[in-house]
Amino acid sequence: MNVIMELKKVTREYEGKSALCGINLKIKHGEVFSLIGPNGAGKTTLLRIMAFLDKPTNGKIIYKGKEAWGPNLTKYRKKVTMVFQRPLFFNSTVFDNIAYGLKLRGYSSEEIEQKVDNVLRLVKMEDFQERSIKKISGGEQQRVAMARAIALNPELLLLDEPTANLDPANTKLIEKIIKKISKITTVVVATHNLFQAKRLSDRIGCLLSGRLIDVGNTRDIFSRPRDERTKKFVRGEFF
Amino acid sequence: MSEQLFDLVVRSLWISGTALLLALTWSLPLSLLLGLKKFRGRKILISAFNSLLGIPTVALGLTLYLLFSHAGPLGFLGILYTPVAIIIGQALLITPIIVSLLTSAIESVDPNLKDLAKTLGASERQASLAILGEAKKGGILAGVAAFNRAISELGIALMVGGNLAGATRVMSTEIARGVTTGEMALSIQLTIILLLIVFGLTVLVNLAGKD
Ligand SMILES: Nc1ncnc2c1ncn2[C@@H]1O[C@H](COP(=O)(O)OP(=O)(O)O)[C@@H](O)[C@H]1O
Ligand SMILES: [Mg+2]
Repeated sequence: MNVIMELKKVTREYEGKSALCGINLKIKHGEVFSLIGPNGAGKTTLLRIMAFLDKPTNGKIIYKGKEAWGPNLTKYRKKVTMVFQRPLFFNSTVFDNIAYGLKLRGYSSEEIEQKVDNVLRLVKMEDFQERSIKKISGGEQQRVAMARAIALNPELLLLDEPTANLDPANTKLIEKIIKKISKITTVVVATHNLFQAKRLSDRIGCLLSGRLIDVGNTRDIFSRPRDERTKKFVRGEFF
Repeated sequence: MSEQLFDLVVRSLWISGTALLLALTWSLPLSLLLGLKKFRGRKILISAFNSLLGIPTVALGLTLYLLFSHAGPLGFLGILYTPVAIIIGQALLITPIIVSLLTSAIESVDPNLKDLAKTLGASERQASLAILGEAKKGGILAGVAAFNRAISELGIALMVGGNLAGATRVMSTEIARGVTTGEMALSIQLTIILLLIVFGLTVLVNLAGKD
């Protein structure tokens, strides 16, 4: 299986304090990769770097064999899309929010309508097009945020704790959506929910205090973790 | 309305409208810079614009008169007593209004929206424009306030325009002239039209801005 993104010795500091330390990671084309770790471990920091939103303090990002972080980041950002933990929206309708990225890509209005339609059906919100984003529930907002990212047909989809603030029904629905789209795109999910990671992913990486302490197939991570701390981790001792 | 009066109103509208457009060409990027970028001296610049909000039109008018007059450093331009001089003067007058109101409108937009725009594929510039779009309500209000200030001011139009009939005569200068020559009916008529324009615009924008 070929690698879509590789991080080499990536570090990130905030005001001299290290938030990520020597991250080496390969994301394989087509897989679902879960990034697990307690709050403050550095999951969001790592995803933002992978999304080309923040520059690593040190280290390299190789995207499809080429070193990224040149002057032309927009090119990469058009292929990698991140859904934030706290969903953000333009103060407008559901339709406008999903259409924004499609317009940037120069699709015709018919194509945009078609794509918005399809993706809203995927998240079971086909009747929500003209609703104001402010007047729908938190679960519905998270689904729109997913739909908005999926509509762009990203090569790599980064999801930051997509179900952290959701009720069980919405959580189940979001997981279903992730399963569906994982057939057509590579997905990285940050989560502190171990069971979710187990349900969704092909591989798992354990992040602790800014270090990637273990990476492996989902089954191996749970059945025979290599790292002592991962063992504690999957027994739930860090949570 | 007599034809003369009509021409006067139209001239006022296009002079102040052009002044607004001119002011926007530098006020928009300036507001984006002040509202979005963190740099040294930003706070000072913002308070400078805030304190210029109340600049007396006579002070600006006199300064421009000295600049544009024959002996002045910009006298060679030959724009004194032309609509161009009024347009420049009004554009300068309303710049602090636009910059102050628009900057605070942009500042009140969640800065994380820029990251949202970027992750959806926007370039740096497109992301800034998205923020500007989110501030559009405040922006339109800033534009209306600025236009109203421009069309209502007297000092600049009088001093660098000269109230020349058929050329630089605008509503405010004609109202003032009417009072001094005793043409009260004319002054009152024009004042009512001016008030209708100013309030009408504000009401219109408020109605359109409702969601
Ligand atoms: N913008 C920031 N400024 C300073 N410190 C930050 C910032 N963002 C994150 N951090 C710090 O980096 C560490 C990792 O945070 P984060 O990536 O948000 O963890 P997680 O997403 O796993 O909860 C934390 O110690 C956090 O306090
Ligand atoms: Mg986080």
